[in-house]
Amino acid sequence: MAQTNSYRQSSNGVADESPNMLVYRKMEDVIAHMQDETNGIPVRTVKSFLSKIPSVFSGKIHFFIVTVKRLEALHLGTLMAAHGYFFPISDHVLTLKDDGTFYRFQTPYFWPSNCWEPENTDYAVYLCKRTMQNKARLELADYEAESLARLQRAFARKWEFIFMQAEAQAKVDKKRDKIERKILDSQERAFWDVHRPVPGCVNTTEADIKKSSRMKQPHKTRKSVYGLQNDIQSHSPAHTPAPEVKEPTEEEIRDQIQHWQAQLDRHRLKMSKVAESLLSYTGQYVEYDPFFTSPEPSNPWISDDITVWELETSKEPGQQRVKRWGFGINEVLKDPVGREQFLKFLESEFSSENLRFWLAVQEVKKRPIREVPTRVQEIWQEFLAPGAPSAINVDSKSYDKTTQNVKDPGRYAFEDAQEHIYKLMKSDSYSRFLRSTFYQELLQAKKKVNNCTYHCSNNPSRTG
Amino acid sequence: ILNSGCNNNVKGKVKGCEPRVLSLQNILSLILFLLPASALTTGIYMIFSTKPEMATQEVQPNETLTNLKAESDTLKTKLEDERAKLHDVELHQVAEKVDGLGQFIMKTRRTLKGHGNKVLCMDWCKDKRRIVSSSQDGKVIVWDAFTTNKEHAVTMPCTWVMACAYAPSGCAVACGGLDNKCSVYPLSLDKNENLAAKKKSVAMHTNYLSACSFTNSDMQILTSSGDGTCALWDVESGQLLQSFHGHAADVLCLDLAPSETGNTFVSGGCDKKANVWDMRSGQCIQSFETHESDINSVRYYPSGDAFASGSDDATCRLYDLRADREVAIYSKESIIFGASSVDFSLSGRLLFGGYNDYTINVWDVLKGTRVSILFGHENRVSTLRLSPDGTAFCSGSWDHTLRIWA
Repeated sequence: MAQTNSYRQSSNGVADESPNMLVYRKMEDVIAHMQDETNGIPVRTVKSFLSKIPSVFSGKIHFFIVTVKRLEALHLGTLMAAHGYFFPISDHVLTLKDDGTFYRFQTPYFWPSNCWEPENTDYAVYLCKRTMQNKARLELADYEAESLARLQRAFARKWEFIFMQAEAQAKVDKKRDKIERKILDSQERAFWDVHRPVPGCVNTTEADIKKSSRMKQPHKTRKSVYGLQNDIQSHSPAHTPAPEVKEPTEEEIRDQIQHWQAQLDRHRLKMSKVAESLLSYTGQYVEYDPFFTSPEPSNPWISDDITVWELETSKEPGQQRVKRWGFGINEVLKDPVGREQFLKFLESEFSSENLRFWLAVQEVKKRPIREVPTRVQEIWQEFLAPGAPSAINVDSKSYDKTTQNVKDPGRYAFEDAQEHIYKLMKSDSYSRFLRSTFYQELLQAKKKVNNCTYHCSNNPSRTG
Repeated sequence: ILNSGCNNNVKGKVKGCEPRVLSLQNILSLILFLLPASALTTGIYMIFSTKPEMATQEVQPNETLTNLKAESDTLKTKLEDERAKLHDVELHQVAEKVDGLGQFIMKTRRTLKGHGNKVLCMDWCKDKRRIVSSSQDGKVIVWDAFTTNKEHAVTMPCTWVMACAYAPSGCAVACGGLDNKCSVYPLSLDKNENLAAKKKSVAMHTNYLSACSFTNSDMQILTSSGDGTCALWDVESGQLLQSFHGHAADVLCLDLAPSETGNTFVSGGCDKKANVWDMRSGQCIQSFETHESDINSVRYYPSGDAFASGSDDATCRLYDLRADREVAIYSKESIIFGASSVDFSLSGRLLFGGYNDYTINVWDVLKGTRVSILFGHENRVSTLRLSPDGTAFCSGSWDHTLRIWA
């Protein structure tokens, strides 16, 4: 990795968090609000048939502090449940529903910010332990029974040890107070629902491999749920100090200084000007934006009719397309039909060498590096060499530089000349093109291809 | 004055005095003291007219590093001040005169099923209907998104194919990931031909390939990598044409400027920086550091004068190159998961953001408000791109599917 650390010091010395920790901290902030004594959700014991359900809250969504619509609140709540911050007391599937279902908060010990990576041996102990208990509510679900069978095969040699561990855990559990046990059992189950989710459910512990190496902190990762170290943590370690960062070298700082100096020398525009520019660009192009102005005759993705694509490949450009060429020289150069028309116009005036030079130089940059020296020579001969057939006028500074470059030809040999020619075209040829009858006629031309009734009625068959 | 390096409250000589950084002021007072009166005026003139680098030569060598750092920090602060001076108005304030946006009807118009694992990346073909997508299971698939038919499939030798791109000609695709390489596969019309046999290794990095893009031709590829660098390659020979150093950590994304004349691109990395590069010289010409976490995605505004970024800090931001600063933040209290990928609509009025909370948020670029939230994916949205003619955008997700929205 490039100079990697799990965390990096930011310029103000505050420890940076890995991307996952950032999200955990935000979810934990919401949990803190939810659990707030004065303004949070009421958590209570609910009486049910023969017993009491301790420490639950209902799924009515009025507790989110953030002002957000119901659908979003439900979605965010479901995500928080999927990450294991609270859970429905009678379902393995971790979602939030806006009905009378009861939920319970997860104990901070099991929060994902504690960097849990429980191993399969622990899962085996857990499932085994469950089978030792007689309560109906603790019966294994089908997928759990399958997992248990699989683990028994995988750990056949160690099974005696696992069994013993399970027995020991079951004994400890039995000693607990009944109510406390109910709560702890459910929290433990919810923990496993996060790390060994129901088949078909999202596994929220999956990490983006690009970031996972930065999130692995061996000294913090907890792998064993039923191991010997049972340090209870009542708060999240999302705020932890960062390890040492490598100091930059003198050369690096000198480069930095040069960089800052160059940045300072740059010419900047005022925000007001920039804002106006963004507004005007957007305003100008909104009629070309299919999300605002439906394409003629229709958007293929919505209507299944590809007429608009067929029209675009035809040689006859529509009015709207021609109008766009007038927005700036880049528009006419970007559109192959625009380029063609522009060239045609210039040829009619016997002044096409500038555009041809510009196009040739663009072409050189697109070729494999092997072809570059030959192409550069060809361009030189055609446009710049003394007695060139399509001689172009370049300022003497660029000409001299180009002469030098051509001796050791690279892809950017004509960069200066091209820039000069571009400016010339922009101010001269392009403006003449826009004012010309040639262009004006294209602009006024009626669309040659009218309503394509022969296409609209057919739906192309879709397979796959 | 000679004791000025020590605690000023202590009178007389102090033993074991802590060496302190000599500030410029201290240097000046030191020199004024030492110079004879006649040389005073010339002395002062010399000090004020020398470049910062020369001034540091006055200082003792073992304090050079600290002084350099101080100088670097001073310049950085000065730059921030200069940028702030031109901040006379907010974008959304100027945008008040523009009409607000109504309700949009954006729906999934196609769902592409076929990947066996998380979809990590996708790209459009210039023909506006074909796409290439890559997945964690090593598969790269070329689809006709309009008909949802799969047209080609390649299995890469590695898992986590994090980057893929369509060649401008439509005749090849590039991809790479954990193999640290970028390979190009020509697309054959013959369905029976084994594409893998024609594979060409182009780029070689020393860590995972995070993104790749053809420049305006099939002959050059731009790549970014977990090794902290970006690079430009000649496809035919595999030759490295230019490398770009400057990120302090993994580079996660890049985007080429849309200009016909420009030779620039922007990259974003785990160092929270977005850098704008000159492809010709390899120099970083502009740099922006306002995000609070990894930048997962960068995309140019259609005019090329600005770009947007999506980050793990749950915000998207707009940076303008002419103003040389961040000009808008797109965020909401209810959005706490990172943005993985962003793209603009054709006019630049809308910004589409795919997020790690499985949703797509649509933002009004000018006013800074959220216009729409799109549900549908059942796991993280990992990639999102507008089609070449702007008629739709495609999103890829860890739920193994791709969706076309319009």
